[in-house]
Amino acid sequence: MLSSRIALRGFRLLAWRGLSSSAHTHATQEKGVATPVLDCSQPQYIDRPDIPLPDITCITKYNLEQLKLKEKESGPWSQLTKDEKLALYRLNFQKTYAEMRQRSNEWKTVLGVVLWFAGLTGLFYWWGLAYVYKPVPHTFSEDWVAMQTQRMLDLRINPVSGFSSHWDYEKKQWKK
Amino acid sequence: MSGALAKPVMRGMLAKRLRFHLIAAFSLAIGIAATFKFAVAEPRKKAYAEFYKKYDVAKEFEAMREAGVFVSARPTGK
Repeated sequence: MLSSRIALRGFRLLAWRGLSSSAHTHATQEKGVATPVLDCSQPQYIDRPDIPLPDITCITKYNLEQLKLKEKESGPWSQLTKDEKLALYRLNFQKTYAEMRQRSNEWKTVLGVVLWFAGLTGLFYWWGLAYVYKPVPHTFSEDWVAMQTQRMLDLRINPVSGFSSHWDYEKKQWKK
Repeated sequence: MSGALAKPVMRGMLAKRLRFHLIAAFSLAIGIAATFKFAVAEPRKKAYAEFYKKYDVAKEFEAMREAGVFVSARPTGK
């Protein structure tokens, strides 16, 4: 989640980069400015279950505490406390597999938005029915359909297992 | 280290998957084909056989003629 937010922010920055003045791009190329710019030419970190070891570790620039921890890591690992081991893990990875696979409630939002757009489509459809389409042809009127049905029965349309097979020609009514 | 983990499956994964899925695929295919044959095809053949057993062409022709559907065989009568 966090990485996707960062990625989204990065993409937005990329989009605006084209429109903004050159002052912004110069500013971000200076060292020490906090705006994160997504550089797609560099290896990326990503939390994906099918990529167990991403191209780089989650945190690449270590602060003082983290540097000390990294030095301790170069020694015997039995001297690391449990919390230090966990901290080292979190330096390399942002999410555990369990956290990656965690379900969210996003599907409810997606379903809601999809249904909302379906409703909007329904509104458009009603407008089309009311203001665009002409009335249905006269051959759909009840009288015409009755005449049509009688002619179909006279012609013995599908007499084996289809239309006319449901009509009782002796009693002149539909079979029960 | 507290409790060692079990050694994960290292080989034979495709064979295991194929064994399950091949049996499933063949049984499903044959089952569905058999179901279709006995639920759709055979009853349909029987329906046609039954229909044509009792079919009297001349009678049907006369009935259709009286209904007025033919052009070259108009209904008898005035």
